[in-house]
Amino acid sequence: MSHPNPHSSYVHVVPLWVLCAVFAALLVFTALTVAATWFDLGGWNLILAMAIATVKAALVALYFMHLRYDNPFNALVFVAALVFVALFISLTLLDTLQYQPDIRSWQQAHPAD
Amino acid sequence: MTSEIALPTDNYLTHTRGLWSWLFTLDHKRIGVMYLITITTAFLLGGIMAMLVRTELMYPNHPPAAQAKTMTLVPREVMSKDAYNKSFTLHGAVMIFLFILPGIPAAFGNFVLPIMLGAKDVAFPRLNLASLWLLWIGLVFFLIVLVFGQLDTGWTFYTPYSTSTETAVIPAVAGAFILGFSSIFTGLNFIVTIHTMRPPGMTWFKMPLFLWGLYGTALIQVLATPVLGITLALLAVERIFGLGIFDPKLGGDPVLFQHFFWFYSHPAVYIMILPAMGIISELITVFSHKHIFGYKFIAFSSIAIALLGFLVWGHHMFTSGQSILASMIFSVLTFSVSIPSAIKVFNWITSMYKGSISLATPMCYALMFIFLFGIGGLTGLFLGALATDMHLHNTYFLVAHFHYVMFGGTAVAFLGALHYWWPKMTGRMYSDFWGRVAVMLIFIGFNLTFIPQFLMGTHGMTRRYFDYSFLADAHPEIATYNLISSLGSLVLAVGLFIIPVYLIKSLISGRKAPANPWGGATLEWQCSSPPPFDNFPEQPVVGDPYDFSRIEYDEKIDGYVRV
Amino acid sequence: MSNLSPPEAHENSEHSAFLAHHFESHKQQFAAGKLGMWIFLLTEILLFGGVFCAYAVYRSNHPEIFEWAHRFLDKFLGAINTTVLIASSFTMAWAVRAAQKNQTRLCTVLLAVTLLGGCGFLGIKFVEYKSKWEEGLMVAHYFKPTPEALEHIKHLEADTAHLKSKPEEIPRNAGIFFSIYFCMTGLHGLHVIAGMSAIGWVLVRSAKGQFSSAYFGPVDYVGLYWHLVDLIWIYLFPLLYLIH
Repeated sequence: MSHPNPHSSYVHVVPLWVLCAVFAALLVFTALTVAATWFDLGGWNLILAMAIATVKAALVALYFMHLRYDNPFNALVFVAALVFVALFISLTLLDTLQYQPDIRSWQQAHPAD
Repeated sequence: MTSEIALPTDNYLTHTRGLWSWLFTLDHKRIGVMYLITITTAFLLGGIMAMLVRTELMYPNHPPAAQAKTMTLVPREVMSKDAYNKSFTLHGAVMIFLFILPGIPAAFGNFVLPIMLGAKDVAFPRLNLASLWLLWIGLVFFLIVLVFGQLDTGWTFYTPYSTSTETAVIPAVAGAFILGFSSIFTGLNFIVTIHTMRPPGMTWFKMPLFLWGLYGTALIQVLATPVLGITLALLAVERIFGLGIFDPKLGGDPVLFQHFFWFYSHPAVYIMILPAMGIISELITVFSHKHIFGYKFIAFSSIAIALLGFLVWGHHMFTSGQSILASMIFSVLTFSVSIPSAIKVFNWITSMYKGSISLATPMCYALMFIFLFGIGGLTGLFLGALATDMHLHNTYFLVAHFHYVMFGGTAVAFLGALHYWWPKMTGRMYSDFWGRVAVMLIFIGFNLTFIPQFLMGTHGMTRRYFDYSFLADAHPEIATYNLISSLGSLVLAVGLFIIPVYLIKSLISGRKAPANPWGGATLEWQCSSPPPFDNFPEQPVVGDPYDFSRIEYDEKIDGYVRV
Repeated sequence: MSNLSPPEAHENSEHSAFLAHHFESHKQQFAAGKLGMWIFLLTEILLFGGVFCAYAVYRSNHPEIFEWAHRFLDKFLGAINTTVLIASSFTMAWAVRAAQKNQTRLCTVLLAVTLLGGCGFLGIKFVEYKSKWEEGLMVAHYFKPTPEALEHIKHLEADTAHLKSKPEEIPRNAGIFFSIYFCMTGLHGLHVIAGMSAIGWVLVRSAKGQFSSAYFGPVDYVGLYWHLVDLIWIYLFPLLYLIH
């Protein structure tokens, strides 16, 4: 590469229409997630909101952040981050949920001023 | 003798001159040397704190009437309660954050890693320099606490005490936060360097095992250290703004702080031990002049330890109010880490079998490591078992276990690495005789210090006591154990102080070091001692890093050459 | 993944001004930079993992606090801010494409637009923070909602009819919600500021014409960082504003 190539030889350039489509999809999903709060789905509201957020995050990661075209190891790094956050949260929750009854009964015995 | 080696006229030490050329260098070797100097200074500082603690604990402060007039070596009470609290807190914080954590990866990793890869530098030299500067800034924060402040939280900064005590928690936390970033940047640099800068021919399984150790370490550094960052940041915000997340008065949960803290700090003990294990893998095979046994097992066990280390943090919280369910799960998982550790020890011992072992100073440290780490590792199982831990938790049994792993393991490997690469770093040979004298004193002093601590721990001596008179009244043997332990720490200190004497002497009048004084087959022994500025004039030949069949001793240069 | 080009290529290629001495080729330098950036993003995700963990623990244990207190947040402003950030992410991704295709002018303009998006986000955030301050909705220790603020959420009845909690019954330790709100959005805000500084840096370099199809790494790395900031907000918005 003694002279600059007109096109980079070592990366994939994301087509403009893909970027536009992703942008449009993100806006639609944002509207969807707001609209979803108008309906009472019980516990499913949170799950739906997180599912929509995850679809949006996946679109950003795959196309805006090029993970779809990138070295798979970079994607592994990203997934590893999510796995370790999940591990941290789930093991901590596992413990804190266990002693909630104690806190509740203490709070009932000691009403707030 | 030395005239027969074709020494390059220029090396990394003489390449440029002046203080600025060091402070702003991008050369990984100079950065490694500056790390080494900084970290050794921190070790001295933390060591002084430890000696103060041991001196205070030499005798119970208020003896039974019968012994009141007995002569003692030092006064029964050498310092105030506050000074004692500050001493053990700063001993822990300085040793952990400024010595053990950065010790091997930052000092020796920086110096050796690119050379072992046949590369000119790490992937991001400026980031590398930045992490050194961050280490210095962190050190300054701790010095500020040391000189102007008071600190009594212990190195763990547990809430709610750390959010209510009047002492200088904020500067200490800020220092630890900054040191965390230093550690993250080092780990990031190493992962990228190993991934993208290996030379043609060096596949993953032709890397020296030290690099596998550093790789596992770096994985933990980047995965766990950010959680320490957010933990300390939340703690600081809690103190300043009354956040309440860790404060039960405001509906917060102090046990949550411990989850946060140990999610980092348990994996962090593997940041401390993994590079040490990598060093031992190198030393054992080089000084046995025999191919390492079970290369892939050692390599994968490093990664296994790094990952399994994330599943066991709750074993620090068995007595803290953690639920029984979580405690049982964490206790079971804890035992899984012992498997890869045991695999390593097995492979080291098997590597020595039928080797031609030379007991040079670095090898003495490696052998000491295996012995002391064995004790440290096995006593860890007592603490990981839920039932026995209820009795032993936060006693001197824990203190002894921790020091067997961290001093007997990591610090001993650090000293082994120092003696192994000293000729490469400085171009000078030190006195092997005095090296081994120091080894003996350290070995004796260390065991004298910490074996009694196992015993006093099982007899009920809790850590961080300022005055154990009430215990010594009921159990007089505890006073004896403490006395032996304090005397042992003196022997240990003498052993450690011999090292700088002969090392500095070697700089002045030591024999010039050959390129390969020990017969190592990894790439750093192919370049001259000390290495030239660019490490290798041309791409070195990459082969099996543990193939010693073509390396032979040459009497003329008192070193090894390729045949 | 040895991305080294063969030694001959190294001898033939002249080391350009933006190729560091210890790399063999632009390709190797880019691969290293990109992996480095991804690992840095990993550390950022773990850093945010701490506040997300605190959120998960308190929301699962005290859902009533979250349900009651989230009424004080302005859904409309939150949605606008989400849109602003997504739009700036889009222009950022486009800027990277422009740099890769040697469209220097376009790249500079798009970076400037992205920077503007960041300013817009912070501006709206400032408006929100200001009203929280005026209504006494501060972190737990300083949580003293004003009567006006309490009155205000009663009139949102139509919008929040499905909620189980009643606006006039303040749950115990309700301030914890705002502790977590300020921690999460504050940390995110700091990252927005950091991202904007980085964008400003590549904007200047782009204006100087330093990027080309052979060397565009910094735009790409900064872009990754900005997308991560966006990605985190994508989760923060429903978790804090859209509680059901």
